[in-house]
Amino acid sequence: MSVDPKHSEAGGPGTTGHEWDGIQELNNPLPRWWLWIFYATIAFALVWVVLYPAIPVPGGYTRGTLGYSTRGQGEQALADLQADRNVALKGIDTIPLNELKDHPQLMQAAIEGGRSAFKVYCIQCHGTGAAGAKGYPNLNDDDWLWGGSMEEIHATIVNGARQPDNDNTHVSAMPAFGRDGILTKGQIGDVVEHVLALSGQPHNAAMAVRGKDVFAAQCASCHGPNGEGMREFGAPNLKDGIWLYGGDRATITATVTNSRAGVMPAWKEKLPESTIRQLTAYVHSLGGGE
Amino acid sequence: MIFENHGKVERNVTILAVLTLVVVLIGGLVQMVPLFFLENTIEKVEGVRPYTPLELAGRNIYIREGCYTCHSQMIRPFRDEAERYGHYSLAAESMYDHPFQWGSKRTGPDLARVGGRYSDEWHVQHLTNPQEVVPESIMPTYPFLKKRELQMADIAAHLKANRTVGVPYTDEQIEHALADLKTQADPNADPTDLQRRYPKAQARDFDGDPTRLTEMDALVAYLQMLGTLVDFDSYVPEQNRR
Repeated sequence: MSVDPKHSEAGGPGTTGHEWDGIQELNNPLPRWWLWIFYATIAFALVWVVLYPAIPVPGGYTRGTLGYSTRGQGEQALADLQADRNVALKGIDTIPLNELKDHPQLMQAAIEGGRSAFKVYCIQCHGTGAAGAKGYPNLNDDDWLWGGSMEEIHATIVNGARQPDNDNTHVSAMPAFGRDGILTKGQIGDVVEHVLALSGQPHNAAMAVRGKDVFAAQCASCHGPNGEGMREFGAPNLKDGIWLYGGDRATITATVTNSRAGVMPAWKEKLPESTIRQLTAYVHSLGGGE
Repeated sequence: MIFENHGKVERNVTILAVLTLVVVLIGGLVQMVPLFFLENTIEKVEGVRPYTPLELAGRNIYIREGCYTCHSQMIRPFRDEAERYGHYSLAAESMYDHPFQWGSKRTGPDLARVGGRYSDEWHVQHLTNPQEVVPESIMPTYPFLKKRELQMADIAAHLKANRTVGVPYTDEQIEHALADLKTQADPNADPTDLQRRYPKAQARDFDGDPTRLTEMDALVAYLQMLGTLVDFDSYVPEQNRR
């Protein structure tokens, strides 16, 4: 009878001595590669516990010798980013806005920075392509409520429009001519026809003629005698066929009756001056910049 | 060697039971002990206060409508998140949240600092029909919020329930809960007392219809408060590295 290779005398792994119904349990060692990786993970964990934050203890946790923290890392990443930007945008906070165009490289960096900031802060109202929406101005055209020069765009972003507790915000209040009983329904009907006439739309000529007087008395002080608008009041141009809320008869009637007062946040409370200047450059570059 | 004595542990049920208990206890301690030191994790900052009754009602609607399934309220301390959403969230900012609304999925953007970012009118328009202001949005519409009167009879009970789980509402705040709720949404009411009880509470008509107090009022009031309470001047990053 040959020697059973299971037995250690024959160079096999041997048995544990357990035997049930002639079935023996072999005492095979763990595969070496597995065992060593297992030991290595334990060693790795011990090193980790020393180097990194690991164990909660009363009053906090073991901080590790490397001083690592997620928050610290995040703050560092932001600081590095800012340092990079400070290189690309050197001087943006100090160069007067209207001279920015004399520094083409800086201007380009500002426009690109503004493009990405716009996608974060502005698209929700002004749209992904800055085309606006009902009640939110299109920024691609040259029809500006509060002005389209670098300074004027900057002022609008900094202090917003109709912000309470802000002394420099754009303020103007269109009267609710119908709701507050300043004009009768008939007068509103007339003046709406006049506005339709101003913007070259089909209208009732007789009513429009009567409406012209109403317009001169009530509207011209802000919208101008010919309806060309006035920027110091944020009063839109009524002749150019560009409408913020809509230019059909029903919408104009609603506007005259209840008035409109769009608002925009004062971004100086949320964004650093550098970002606001980048946004200014971007919006100015969209096509309507003056 | 220790391994050779393992047979004893396997054969003696008492030793096995005792040692099993020891192992389970260690596991339990590791899970439970940190909870007793939770205070350590909350940053010492100024400004965070319990929600006003109207904000709390809005928060209940936020939970009812499942906003948390698509929107998180947790800005992580990463560069890209800070760039998009603002300063990373602090533990102190959700210490009065029961349950917290950190969320785990961002189908929509994070809302931890959405307060003050858009106008009330925008929020009303957006909640009523998101695609009207953000054409590429896939958010569902919530036009009914503007039509439904806010249920407010039980608001004091909500404050009490929150106090039971640890929110420091005072007796005065609970007593005036209903009045405070109405004051905050009423543009003609005097908010002095409300703002004394709840500093920085924004009081105005939120949904564009001053004649009614709707669920839209409550939800917009809640959203406009999010992330605006904490005073970052009182926050020292170096002391709160973790």
